[in-house]
Amino acid sequence: MKGICIILGCWLAGNILSEVIGGYISGNIIGMLLLFILLCLGVVRGETVRQPAKFLLGTMALFFVPFGVGIIDSYSVILDNAVAIVVAVCVSTFAVIATVGYIFQLLNRRGKNG
Amino acid sequence: MGSIISSELFLLTLTIALFLLSGWIFRKTHFMLFHPVLLTALAVIVFLKLTGIEYPHYKESVRMLDFTLGMSVVALGYLMYEQVEHLKKATLPVIVATLAGCFVGIASVVAIAVAFGVDRDIITSIAPKSVTVPIAIAISEPRGGVVAVTSVVVFCTGVLGSICGTKILDLIRVKDPMARGFALGAASHGIGTSRAIELGAVEGAMSGLAMALTGFATALLLPLVERYLY
Repeated sequence: MKGICIILGCWLAGNILSEVIGGYISGNIIGMLLLFILLCLGVVRGETVRQPAKFLLGTMALFFVPFGVGIIDSYSVILDNAVAIVVAVCVSTFAVIATVGYIFQLLNRRGKNG
Repeated sequence: MGSIISSELFLLTLTIALFLLSGWIFRKTHFMLFHPVLLTALAVIVFLKLTGIEYPHYKESVRMLDFTLGMSVVALGYLMYEQVEHLKKATLPVIVATLAGCFVGIASVVAIAVAFGVDRDIITSIAPKSVTVPIAIAISEPRGGVVAVTSVVVFCTGVLGSICGTKILDLIRVKDPMARGFALGAASHGIGTSRAIELGAVEGAMSGLAMALTGFATALLLPLVERYLY
């Protein structure tokens, strides 16, 4: 219960901060950063939030089912742009994998040798 | 009977039950296209079509899941904390690779979509495609993106990356297990991470870290890209 309260508290604080900065980033993403910082500083112990966090992360897939169902109302938008979307997704996914893998390996190797 | 079927309680119970059933089918078959989210969404769509319940009514009825989705974004902070040792061990590659991957991911999608003349709201919907669904929705929804398009595109990116990822990494000779895991998580979020966990513990941990960091970096970068690129 304490863990849930901390997670909700981070979210709430995130929403307030989001308002302050004019909604540049949504509150739950700021909340994620706040929780991470609190855990790193030792203000919140990992133990306290582990159980609810693991539960939420483990069942996260369920939570976005309703958005997937939304395709029933917006499939025509996807079909209208199908070619562009398929090309963009494929090229971009391959580019990201290659860029990240290559850069990470290069820098990680250099770090170990030097 | 009709009032029971269209009640909040029934639709919520049905969604969770279908999700559990889909999870069971997925574990039995291990076939990517039988992913629980996909199966559940399809089953719910069939149900709505058969009963004539409208999507807005369904969405409103299961809004509790919206709320828990918001909570699970915050919980990603715990996932990041669990990997903080890996972050310390390879700070420079982690930060540079995250930013580079994030930039390449957003810029390439936006550039291709603009070249095809795609509408602005659809570009916003597909730009956060490499990010885990809850963060992608948190990015796309307030900017006028179509969240259904976002979730479908993010899902497809995840499947694509987890199927082709290791082949691409082999092709460009990325052999470092940390780099391989990180690349999978950066490009294809949670679905890539489950693939990375199959490869090994190091790959899995790096992939989870990449997923959380890429999500955060994309939330920071995308509004800038939106302002200056399209």
